Amino acid sequence: MIVVGELINASRKPIKEAIETQNADYIKQIAKEQHEAGANYIDVNAGIFVGKEPEYLQWLVKNVQEVVDGPCCIDSPDPKAIEAALAVHKGTPMINSISLEKERYDALLPIIAGTDYKVVALCMSDGGMPETTEDRLKIADELINGLVKNNIPIDNIYVDPLVQPIGTNSNFGIEFLNAVEAIMTRFKGVHTMCGLSNISYGLPNRKFLNQAFAIMAIAKGLDGLIINPLDKQMMAGLIAAEALAGRDDFCCNYLGAFRAGKFEF
Amino acid sequence: MSIKDIYQAVIDFNNAKVVELVKHELANGTDVSTILNDGLIAAMDEVGRLFSEGELFVPEMLRSAQAMKAGLDELKPLLAQSAAKSAGTIVIGTVKGDLHDIGKNLVAMMMEGAGFDVIDLGVDVDTEKFVKTAKEKNANVICMSALLTTTMPGMEEVIKAVKAQGLDIKTMVGGAPVTQEFANKIGADGYAEDAPGAVEKARELASA
Repeated sequence: MIVVGELINASRKPIKEAIETQNADYIKQIAKEQHEAGANYIDVNAGIFVGKEPEYLQWLVKNVQEVVDGPCCIDSPDPKAIEAALAVHKGTPMINSISLEKERYDALLPIIAGTDYKVVALCMSDGGMPETTEDRLKIADELINGLVKNNIPIDNIYVDPLVQPIGTNSNFGIEFLNAVEAIMTRFKGVHTMCGLSNISYGLPNRKFLNQAFAIMAIAKGLDGLIINPLDKQMMAGLIAAEALAGRDDFCCNYLGAFRAGKFEF
Repeated sequence: MSIKDIYQAVIDFNNAKVVELVKHELANGTDVSTILNDGLIAAMDEVGRLFSEGELFVPEMLRSAQAMKAGLDELKPLLAQSAAKSAGTIVIGTVKGDLHDIGKNLVAMMMEGAGFDVIDLGVDVDTEKFVKTAKEKNANVICMSALLTTTMPGMEEVIKAVKAQGLDIKTMVGGAPVTQEFANKIGADGYAEDAPGAVEKARELASA
C-alpha cells in the first residue's frame, strides 16, 4: 500500500497561511510528521494561488525535502507548476495527475514520457465525469495504453478511478469500487489510488464513511491512498484491511504494526 | 389541508404528498402564486436555511428539491396565465476547461427551487456561450462555477465580456477554490459559499 500524505494542500487554511507568510518551519513540521507516520510520498499542492502556483509549489518541495528523505507527490493540473517543482525535486516524484482531458493530456505527456516518475492517471475525459464502472474502465483503458506507449512502465501508473459523492447519487460508491476491481483485474501490474474525502461530501460523520470506504476499496484491490497519515485509526484500518485482503504474508505487517503500538489510539 | 401542508411535505421530501396536496389546492381554487410562493418556495427556503445551519445534508436537500419539482410540474401549465412572477432568469454553468458539476448542479437546483428560471449550460462552457445565452434569454444573472484553479481565470473573462458589451447582467461566481476575495478581484457582482447562499445573493442581484 502506497500512502500519500495529503496535508500540505493550500486549500487547507493553515497551509495557505504558511505559504503566504513563507512560514517554512510549519511546512517542514507537517512534512516530517506525515513522513514519520508512514507516508511514502508527501503531497504538495499550491493550487489556490493563481499565477503564483509554480513559485509556491517549488518552495514547498524544497522545504519538504529539507527534512524528509523521500519523494513528493506533485499535485497540480498545471504543467508550468509541475515543471517548476520538478526542477528542485530530489529522487523519483509522483505526478498527480494526468487525465484524458485533451489539453491536460497533451500538456503533461511530454513532461512524463520516458521518465521513471510515478504517475497518477485520473479517470476524467472531455466527455465529462465518469459515473459508471464502464465509463471509468473505458477512460482507464485509453490512459494506460497511451502512457505505456509513451514509455511509462505500467508499474509506475496509478489509476485514480475518480471518487464521486454518494450524497448526490447512491450508486457512486459501488460504481467506483467495481471499477477498482475491473482495472486491477484487466490491466495486470497497474496500480489504483485515490483520495477519499469526495465520497462523503455533503454528509455528516465523514471520517467514518471515508474509513469504511477505504477498507472496502482495499478489498477490491486498491493499493494507493491519498490520506491524512496522522489519522491513526485510518492507518490501522489500512493495515488490517491489507492483511484481510490476503496481501500481507504471514500477517507480518499486521504483527509489526501491533508491536509498534499502531493499534493503540 | 392547507398551504402549510404543502410546505411540510416538501420539507419531509414526500413527492406523492406534495403532488396530491397541490392538486387539492388547485381544485379548491387557491391562487397559483400562493401555492408556489407560500408552499413550494417557502419550503425550499427553509430547507436551504436548515442546510446552511448543518441540520440537513446534501441528499436531504436533493430529495426536498425533487419533491418541490414534482409540485412545480403540477403548477407549470398554469403559471403563464397566473399572476405568479418569476424570480428572474439565471444562466449557469461550469467554466471552460472544467468538467466538475456537482456543486453547480446543487446551485442550479436550489435556484429552481427559489422560483428562478434556470438555464443550465452544463460544463466546459466558454465565454461566448455564457454571454450569448444570457443576452438571448434576457438573463438577470450569470452564475459561474469552477473547481480547478487553472480554470478560474475563465470567470474573469466572462465578467470582462459582459462589461465590455455594456450588458445589464449581473455575474456571480462560486466553487471550492473560489473566495470572496477572488470574486472582488475579478469584479464579480456576487459570491456565495454554498447553494442556499447563492440563492440569497441571486435574489439580491436580480431585484437590484
